[in-house]
Amino acid sequence: MKIVVCIKQVPAKDAPLAMAEGGAWIKETDIGFEMNEPDAYALEEALRLKEKHGGEVIAVSMGPERSKQAIKEALAKGADRGIHVADERFYTLDPLGAARSIAAAIRREPGVDLILTGLQSDDQGFGQTGVLLAELLGLPHATIIMQIDVADGRMKLKRELEAGWFQWVELPLPALLSIQSGINKPRYATLKGIMAAKKKEIVSVVRAELGVDEPATQHIERIYVPHKSKKTEMLTGSPKEVAAKLVEKLRREARVL
Amino acid sequence: MKILVITEQREGNWNRASFETLSAAQQMAADAGATLVAAVVGKGVAALAGELSGFQVEEVLQIEHDLLEKYTPDGYSLASAQVIAHEKPELVLLPHTYQVRDFAPKLAASLGKGMIADCVGCRHEGGRFVFVRQMFQGKTAVDVTFQGEPPWFASFQTGAFRADLLKPHAAGKAPVRNVNVELKPEQIRTKPLELFREAKQAVDLTQAPIIVAIGRGIKEPANIPQAQKLAALLGGELAASRPICDEGWLPMDRQIGSSGQTVAPKLYLALGISGAIQHVVGMKGSRTIVAINKDANAPIFEVADYGIVGDIFEIIPALTEELEKTKAS
Repeated sequence: MKIVVCIKQVPAKDAPLAMAEGGAWIKETDIGFEMNEPDAYALEEALRLKEKHGGEVIAVSMGPERSKQAIKEALAKGADRGIHVADERFYTLDPLGAARSIAAAIRREPGVDLILTGLQSDDQGFGQTGVLLAELLGLPHATIIMQIDVADGRMKLKRELEAGWFQWVELPLPALLSIQSGINKPRYATLKGIMAAKKKEIVSVVRAELGVDEPATQHIERIYVPHKSKKTEMLTGSPKEVAAKLVEKLRREARVL
Repeated sequence: MKILVITEQREGNWNRASFETLSAAQQMAADAGATLVAAVVGKGVAALAGELSGFQVEEVLQIEHDLLEKYTPDGYSLASAQVIAHEKPELVLLPHTYQVRDFAPKLAASLGKGMIADCVGCRHEGGRFVFVRQMFQGKTAVDVTFQGEPPWFASFQTGAFRADLLKPHAAGKAPVRNVNVELKPEQIRTKPLELFREAKQAVDLTQAPIIVAIGRGIKEPANIPQAQKLAALLGGELAASRPICDEGWLPMDRQIGSSGQTVAPKLYLALGISGAIQHVVGMKGSRTIVAINKDANAPIFEVADYGIVGDIFEIIPALTEELEKTKAS
């Protein structure tokens, strides 16, 4: 199987966020970045499918130069090669513009059997890229996938629904799947994998040269720290003090103990 | 301006998030002087259409086809596209459910249009709608507006609007109209099979008066007994955010959030939970929420009544000791 897995690099989970001047994006200096966690599950699933059915795994990432690090991590874990869609101002793209760009890069790869994405990115969180890629590439899709069984050019998939419900669905290949977090346990890169990755190829394409120039369908007017919906009483002091304060509040004020 | 709300049902049962979106749409229509139309999609949905007609809407559209009996992304987006072409709404609103995220971006893209998904608010300002959504797992908010020609698509997060504010129809009932759609079996590439639940839920967290919930901040399974002890001392149940269950540290039936259980206990104690949207929708209805987190900017503090910024591994023992002390006295 020829499998494309889409990965994004996002700010590390505990990174302190500050708005950049102009307010269009965050300040990227002084914070760490990591592979978007939902995408790590998609990558792991791609690697397992390759191990079972043979073929190759191509990691695709769009973003600034730093995104190559996420591709390198994918290569170290076992992906065969990478495609970097370079755009320093990727954050100005709307969901459709981003998907059109990634679709244009994937179209250059003939004979792709399966495209995997994570459920959403932990930065912009559009949660649309996979479904949009499927529509733009003319592929059937399924989302929030918890199990993949491939046989005879078809897939039997376990889709997660809300409130503890699931559904089995069948899809023909080629297709696109958005993977639910928790489907597997992503592996760590081994030292051998990291060494092997140095010899693997990453092809860079400049996003502006992909011929995607439709106007954006939406515009971000402002990014800001959200307003509190509730008045939160912050308790301060030593651990012993805050514990005593909290128990007192819960007994006398909230009356829940 | 015409606003179309596409509601959601499965096997004749509503997804209740539909009513929250309809409620938001009523307010938006009033603010913008727009016409509001609600649609129900499926097969044999006349009773549901009748129910919708009891709300303050101009009209209810009943969209039925044999191939819409079971949800498929192809069937739903092809049918919706035909309805949109026929009815020409400027704005299409949907609840941000798992089903909507599966087909609505495809529907919008099939028309060359965009969607603003998972919105938590909307206001009418200077003759246009400004949508509010979250980024960075709730750490920041953004105001977003549509560009270009309609139709425009947006979905609303569960819990963002109040279904109890839905206005009944002023004259009793709105008219229900059938809109025909044409679908062929070969257009549906997904074969939907059976719906099922995993092994029976062992715990019903919705009945717990007190819940102690742990998140990533618990760091490793060896630390879980501390939280367990605290929960027992409070007479409550232990629960978790999704990553903890994904790791297999607690069973899936102890998960709170959009993919787990939705709870509203009298006390919800969140330990080391950052407060990603998917978790918050499952617990923000709790009567009293206490959040303890080392990150002062964690979005969990936005829904908390009491907040403590600090190390849970220092505060859990102190809290345990304090509770044992008050219990003894």
